Amino acid sequence: MANNTLNKNVKIGLEIHCQLTNLNTKLFCSCSADYRGKPSNTHLCPVCLGIPGSLPVGNKDAVKDAILVALALESKIMNRLVFFRKNYFYPDMPKNFQISQYDKAGGVPIAIGGHVTIQAGNRKKKVEITRIQIEEDPAKLLHQGSIDISPYTLVDYNRAGIALLEIVTEPCLKSPKEARIFLQKLRAILEHLGVSDGKLEGAMRCDANISHIGGDRVEIKNISSFKEVERALTFEIVRQKSLLSRGIKIKMETRHWDDVRKLTISLRTKEKEQDYRYFPELDIVPITILKEEIEKLRRKMPELPDARWTRFMEKYKLPTYDAGVLTNNKALGDFFEECVKIYPYPKKVSNWIMTDLQRWLHEKNVEISKSKITPQALVSMIRLIDKGIISGKIAKRVLPELIITGKSPEEIVEEQQLLRISSRREIEKLADKVLENNPQAVKDALVDEKAVHYLVGQLMKLSKGKADPQLSNEIMKEKLKSFLNK
Amino acid sequence: MEKVSKKITKKEVEHIAWLAKIELTEDEKNLFTEQFNSILEYFQVIDEVATDKVLPSFHAVDLTGVLREDIVEPSLSREKALANASKKDKGFFKSPKIF
Amino acid sequence: MQTLPKRIKGFSNRLKSFEVNHMKKPHSLSAKEIIEKVRGGELKAEDCVLSIFNRIEEVEGRIHAYVTLTKELALQKARKIDAKVKNGEVLGRLPGVCIALKDNLCTEGILTSCSSRILDGFIPPYNATVVNLLLKEDAIIIGKTNMDEFAMGSSTETSYFGATKNPWDSSRVPGGSSGGSAAAVSAEEAVLALGSDTGGSVRCPASFCSIVGLKPTYGLVSRYGLIAYANSLDQIGPLSRNVYDCALLLNVLASYDPKDNTSIRVPSQDYTQFLVDDISDLKIGIPKEFFGEGIDERVSKIIWESIYTLEKLGATYEELSLPTLRYTLATYYLIAMSEASSNLARYDGIRYGYSIDYDSKNWNEVYSKNRRIGFGSEVKRRIILGTYALSTGYYEEYYLKALKVRTLIRDDFNKAFKKFDVLVGPTMPIPPFKIGEKITDPLSLYLTDLLTVPVNLIGSPAISVPCGFVDDMPIGMQIISPALREDLLLKVAHIHEQNNKFKDYAPKL
Repeated sequence: MANNTLNKNVKIGLEIHCQLTNLNTKLFCSCSADYRGKPSNTHLCPVCLGIPGSLPVGNKDAVKDAILVALALESKIMNRLVFFRKNYFYPDMPKNFQISQYDKAGGVPIAIGGHVTIQAGNRKKKVEITRIQIEEDPAKLLHQGSIDISPYTLVDYNRAGIALLEIVTEPCLKSPKEARIFLQKLRAILEHLGVSDGKLEGAMRCDANISHIGGDRVEIKNISSFKEVERALTFEIVRQKSLLSRGIKIKMETRHWDDVRKLTISLRTKEKEQDYRYFPELDIVPITILKEEIEKLRRKMPELPDARWTRFMEKYKLPTYDAGVLTNNKALGDFFEECVKIYPYPKKVSNWIMTDLQRWLHEKNVEISKSKITPQALVSMIRLIDKGIISGKIAKRVLPELIITGKSPEEIVEEQQLLRISSRREIEKLADKVLENNPQAVKDALVDEKAVHYLVGQLMKLSKGKADPQLSNEIMKEKLKSFLNK
Repeated sequence: MEKVSKKITKKEVEHIAWLAKIELTEDEKNLFTEQFNSILEYFQVIDEVATDKVLPSFHAVDLTGVLREDIVEPSLSREKALANASKKDKGFFKSPKIF
Repeated sequence: MQTLPKRIKGFSNRLKSFEVNHMKKPHSLSAKEIIEKVRGGELKAEDCVLSIFNRIEEVEGRIHAYVTLTKELALQKARKIDAKVKNGEVLGRLPGVCIALKDNLCTEGILTSCSSRILDGFIPPYNATVVNLLLKEDAIIIGKTNMDEFAMGSSTETSYFGATKNPWDSSRVPGGSSGGSAAAVSAEEAVLALGSDTGGSVRCPASFCSIVGLKPTYGLVSRYGLIAYANSLDQIGPLSRNVYDCALLLNVLASYDPKDNTSIRVPSQDYTQFLVDDISDLKIGIPKEFFGEGIDERVSKIIWESIYTLEKLGATYEELSLPTLRYTLATYYLIAMSEASSNLARYDGIRYGYSIDYDSKNWNEVYSKNRRIGFGSEVKRRIILGTYALSTGYYEEYYLKALKVRTLIRDDFNKAFKKFDVLVGPTMPIPPFKIGEKITDPLSLYLTDLLTVPVNLIGSPAISVPCGFVDDMPIGMQIISPALREDLLLKVAHIHEQNNKFKDYAPKL
C-alpha cells in the first residue's frame, strides 16, 4: 500500500483550515458562530450575507487566537494586521471575494515560519510551517447526491464568515500516513490552546498538494476530515502512479475529493486557472500588533502536548508510548489526569485508557468528551476490581456500559448481576454440573493437568465469568481429588 | 522611463471578462477592445512618474483600525435573510449547479 | 453685480417670493426656515410633505430626479413629528425637513437599486447608518433619487432608468453621479438630499444644478449602508440650496460609527457656528492647473471674479502649481476601477437582484449571463478594466503604480496646505453639456472629472458652491481644504454666498 510506504518520490504539502471554535461570533460580524445543528440561514446579517453596503469589523479574539497559535508553532508574528481580498467567484461565496491575508503585493500574513515536531516511526521530524493567516469561512453547499450530478445546489450561509486559521506547510511530508500524524499533532496543539475543537464536524479541513518528482503539482480540495486525508492522498498517489506507469504526464490541476464515492475528480486545469487578484481589503484599517500584546499572550500560554508528554513521563512515570498517546488528544490526557487525581496509580489508569477504553471509543465511534464515561466511573470500576468485587474480565464488560449509559459501575454490576460469586456452596454446585456434563474431560483431567484448566474454564463460562477464579480452581481440584479417592 | 505602448488584445479582453464573470457579445468584445486601448493609452501618463522609492497609499487619510469585542448580536430572521433570493427551497438559498 | 448674466430664468419670479418670505410654499423654504417654523408650531410637517409631493407632481415629469417615492412613509413620519410638536415632546434636529436619498443608500423595506438592473427588486434588510441618523433627527425621507449606475458617471445618463434632466435646461445633463439628488434639490422637489462622492459625484451635479454640494473628509461620515463603488474613495455628502442648510445636514451626518472601520472618531460639532463673516486671515491658493488646459475660459473667468470678491473681503490669494494634477485622472480611474471590480463581484443574482431562470444550468453560465444582462455598458467597462488592472502581471504596473502616484499627489497637496488655508478653482471644467453629447465616448466623459477627483485621492473635503452662469448654465466654484477642515470650507463658502446672489436664482420650471 502506498499508504504505508515512505515514498521518496512524493512530496505532500498541506493547507489546513481550522475554525476558531472558541469564538462567540463570526470573524467580521456579530452573528453567533455557533451554527452547528442550527436551522439553515438563521445566523446571518448584512455583513456575512454580502448584502450591498455592509462593512466588516474584525473580531478582537480571533486575532488573539491566531497569535496564540503562532506562538505555539514558534512562528514569527508580524507587527501589522492587514487583510486582503482574494477574488474569485463560487456559489459558496457571499461577496465573491474572500477576506483573507496575503504574503505578497504589500500584504503580510499574521505569522510566517514555524514548525510542528511529529513522531514519524521511531524518529522525530520537524514539519515546516510556511505561514499562518486569518480568513473567513465560505458558506456550506449541499448537493443532492454526488457533486457532479446534483441538479442544483442548496446554500446555507450560516457558516459563511466563521473565523478560520489557514495553516500552510512546506511540501515536506512524504506519505499519507505522515500527513495524518502531522494533522493529529496539530489538532492536539490547537485543542491544548483551546482555540479549535477538532472534534466538531468540519472544524478542521484540509487541502493538499501532491507531486511526484518530474510531475506537476496537483491540488486536492474539500477534504472535510482528517480521516479522509489519508484516504484522499492515497487515492491520489495511486492515481498519479498509474498515470506515470502508463507514460502519461501529470498536469497541473485542481481536483475535488468526493467523499461520497471516495475518489478525486478534476475541477479545473491550468488553462483556466484562477487569478485571485489579491489586493488590500480597504474597508478594514490595518492595525499594529504590539509586542506587549504578544508577550501578554505568551504568558498566558497553556501547556502544549510536547511539554505535557514530558511531564506525564516524569510525573506519572509513564512509558514514552503511553505518555505520547495520552497527550496526542487533549480530552484523553485530561481524562487521565482527572482519574489520577482521585486514584494515584497512573500506570493502572493508563492501561485501562490505552487499551479497552480507546478500543471501545473507537468501536462506538465516539470522542471521549462526547461519551458518557466520567473519570469517577472508570476509577470506581478499577476499585471494584481491586476489592475483588468484580473480575478483570467482568470489568471489560462493564466498561462499554459506562461509555454508553453513563451509569456508575456499581449500578451496572447490580443491574446485570455481575457480582463475583465467591460463595463456596454456589461454586461447588457449578463444579458438580461441569463434572457431570464432561465425563471425558474428567477422565483426562485425572491424568493431565491441562484438562483441569479446561474444566475450570467451563465453570467460569457457566457462571458467566462471575465465579471467583481462584476459588473455582481450588474447588475443582478438590472435586477431582475426591473422584480419585472414590 | 521609456515605455512601449501597451495594447490589450481581444483575446485578453475575453479572458478578463471570463474572470469577471461577464458574458460579452462579439460586438461588445470588439468595441471594448478598442475603447480599452484608448483608455489604457491615456492611463499610461503615470508611467512617466518615478515611483521606485515611493510607498503606496492604500488609504487617503490616516486612520486607526479598531477591532470589535466578541459579543453576539441578533441576526436577521430567516425570512428577511431569504427575502431577496431568486430561488429558495426549505430555508435554503437555491443556487445553480456546480458542474 | 455687473458680472452677473442678464437673463436668468426664474430670477424675477424668485426675487418676488424672496421679498414676501411668508408667502413661500413649504417646498421652497430652506431647511433652517422649516425647522424654525415646525418647532414654533407655525408649519406642520405634514404640510411640508404635501407641498413637496405637489411640487414633485408638478415638475418631476420634466426632471426625472426620482426612481422611488415613499409618500406614505413620509406622511406617516410627518404625522408622528406633528404629534410630537402637539404633545410638546423633544424634537430632533431636522424636524419636518424633506430629504431625498441617492439610491445607493440602503433603506430598510424600500427598494434600493443603484439605478442598475442587477439590483432589480432588491429591498435591503437594514438602514444605512446615515439613514438612521436622519430618521432619529426627525427628518423625513421622501424618496430615492436617480444616479449613474453604481455611481459610475458624471451625467446620470448611465442609469438603467434613463437620464435625469438638468432643471436649468432639460436638454442638458444635471451632472453626476448624484444627478437625481442635485436636480431634486435644485427643482425644489426636496429640501435637502444626500449624494455620494467618489470622484466628484456630489460636487459635479451641485455645480451643474447651481446648488451647494459637499464632499466631507474621508471617514467623517459613515459609509455603512452606502453601496460601494470604490470603497477607498467613496464618501456620502449633503446637497442643499444654501451653505447654512449644508452645515445643518453635516451636523447630523458627521458621527463616528463603530460599524465602519474607516470612520473617524471626532467630537460632534455645530458646523453652523463657523458661518461667520470674517476671512481677513484667509490665505487662498489658486492652483494654476485648475485654470489650464481643458478648462473652458468662460468658466475660469467667472471663478476669478469670485476670487477677486473674496480678496476684497480681506482674503489674500496666490497662484501655485500642483504638478501631479496631470496624473490624477489616470490614478483615480485605475484605483476606482480596480476597487469596483471587486466591490461589484457580489452581484451574481442568487442572494438578491436580477437573475435569469437557472434550473439545471451551470453556475458559471448563470453568473455570466446575469452580469451581462444586469450591468450597463459603463459598469461592465469599469469592472473589466479594473479586473485587468488587478490581474497577474498588471497589478504592479497599474494598480500598485497608481497607489504610489497617489502618495505623490497627496504630498503635493500637503505641501500646498502648509502655505494655504484653502485651494480654490472651478468644480467642473465646462458648463453642463447636452444629454447624449459625451456618452458614446467614455474617455471624453472621464475627462470632465479632472478637477473633482484629486480630493478623493487625498481624502480631503471639498465643497462646490454656485458661482454664476455661462450661457445661462450654472457654474460652480470648488473650495478645497485639508482633511477635517470642513469649518474652513463652510466659512469661505458662506462668505462667498453672502456676497453674491447666486443662491437666489432658481431654474424656471
